Amino acid sequence: VIEVVAFAALVTALVAAVVRDPRVPEAAVALAGALLLVALGGLDWTATRDEARSLGPTLALLAALLVLGDGCERAGLFDALAERMAAASGGHARRLLALVFAAACAITAVLGLDATVVLLTPAAFAAASRARVPYSPHVYATNHLANSASLLLPVSNLTNLLAFGALGLSFAHFAALMALPWAVAIAIEWIVIGRHFGVALAQRGLTPHKRVTKSGAGDEPAGGGEAARGDRGGTAAGGGEAGGARGSALPRWPVAVLALTLAGFLAASAAGVDLAWPAAAGAAALVLPQRPRIRDVVYAADLPLLVFVLGLGLIVHALVAGSVGDTIADVLPSGDGLLALLGATAVAAVLANLLNNVPALLVLLPAAAAAGDPIVLAVLIGVNVGPNLTYTGSLATLLWRRVLRERGAEPLLGEFLRLGLLTVPATLAGATVALWLAVRAIG
Amino acid sequence: MRVLVWVRDAGWEACADAAAALDGDVTLATTEPDLDPPGGGLLGRHRPGPHHRDRVEAILAEAGAALLDAAAERIGRDVERAVLPGHPEHAVCDAAEAADVLVLSRDELDPGPRSLRPPTRFVVDHAPCAVLLVWPGEPPHGRPEPKPKPKPKPKP
Repeated sequence: VIEVVAFAALVTALVAAVVRDPRVPEAAVALAGALLLVALGGLDWTATRDEARSLGPTLALLAALLVLGDGCERAGLFDALAERMAAASGGHARRLLALVFAAACAITAVLGLDATVVLLTPAAFAAASRARVPYSPHVYATNHLANSASLLLPVSNLTNLLAFGALGLSFAHFAALMALPWAVAIAIEWIVIGRHFGVALAQRGLTPHKRVTKSGAGDEPAGGGEAARGDRGGTAAGGGEAGGARGSALPRWPVAVLALTLAGFLAASAAGVDLAWPAAAGAAALVLPQRPRIRDVVYAADLPLLVFVLGLGLIVHALVAGSVGDTIADVLPSGDGLLALLGATAVAAVLANLLNNVPALLVLLPAAAAAGDPIVLAVLIGVNVGPNLTYTGSLATLLWRRVLRERGAEPLLGEFLRLGLLTVPATLAGATVALWLAVRAIG
Repeated sequence: MRVLVWVRDAGWEACADAAAALDGDVTLATTEPDLDPPGGGLLGRHRPGPHHRDRVEAILAEAGAALLDAAAERIGRDVERAVLPGHPEHAVCDAAEAADVLVLSRDELDPGPRSLRPPTRFVVDHAPCAVLLVWPGEPPHGRPEPKPKPKPKPKP
């Protein structure tokens, strides 16, 4: 009975998160579900307290990262990045795509996928617009890489943060094991996105409105080659803003804070200090000099999200305590053989598409932790890359679309599914094989 | 003649060139960009804060204005400019009520039905005025050989 109630509570909380009716906030639904389970005896107080205590530092770290990302935006980091990328691309769509890939990988690794989806995507759009190239490949790239490139560091994805506590790995060891899967995932995204948007990316050099090359369009070797298209020479000279669009330097303080925070993560992990401390220090160092309103900082920390994740964690704890947990432990392979890892990745990817990534990880984590560190990492590949496959895996990303236009447009489902079908199975398999190799090489 | 040009980030040059060759009053119109966010497991995240919304609004406004400026410059005569809010396909069709000709570009250079993505297809199918559909670059050469007609089955 408790498991039925727990399952119903989980589904209700997820539906609330997808529907996002402001009258029924998902945080309240998730918390109410957890309290109901406590009242029914599905969760005893000690278990509730222990679960909350183990989630606490993770949620504090997430809040610090969200504030840090918000501070970087406030400091103009993403606007400067857009300008730099546009300038360095020289009006070449494929070169801009490479720059967007680099930025997305770096931002996702250090600040997490939220920052890439919410903060870098507008920058990629702005860069494409300024470089006068079609924006769709670049916007697709940031959204896809937010998931695929979130394999590298424990801080890159909330799922990684949640799993990190259950792993017996240091920050550096986690990164070393996931570096190869991360690189494979990015390479596959590069190939697939590059091929899928071949026409849009080939339209390089189409009449840059402003001169966006750093050294001036004249000594751009491709300029002559593109003249054959008949477009470039005619209007490139008409832009007339030669000096204005030179790439401005990236603001130094946010970049320095991010680098120091990353170093802080490594040092804290080596010293056995919780990762939330360097994250909080980084957020404070960046945000305090900006003198923001307290309200804005609290808003950026997204307290409702923290409550929502806490509620989900408690509900899932009650759900997997009994026979459901045993079933999952039976389904999830164990060991560090290639087939076991591929199986764990596949189970995680399927579940991530049914439940979304964080609930899927919470459900699988106890069984995965018992099955060993390599299985946990394989599960992370599944829940991180998997959501690129379907809209159910990523329905909530509609939030940034809603910011752009407050309207209920039907998405181009066909195109999205096609791109997901092309990348996700290949990325899951490739990254898992890479993980297997890394585990064998590094251990 | 009232000419409405749907200016989009890909193919706007060809549209501007086609409009420049027409006599009449030209209106350049952009619509909201179609930015489908495919990825990201961001369940439970709130809407980004006001300063983020302002930044995105500024980026979109700048991009739209820059596109209209570039197209107007390319046409080289006085044109009207419009930013059409709302669902792009419907907004263009509504605006075309007041036009004699709508100029828009195909999405791909491959010959055949794939050269029109769904939004373009919708506008071509529903525009209330004449439509001038241009290729976004050098038009493709050659046509596929017509398929041979199936031979009638021999009667037994």
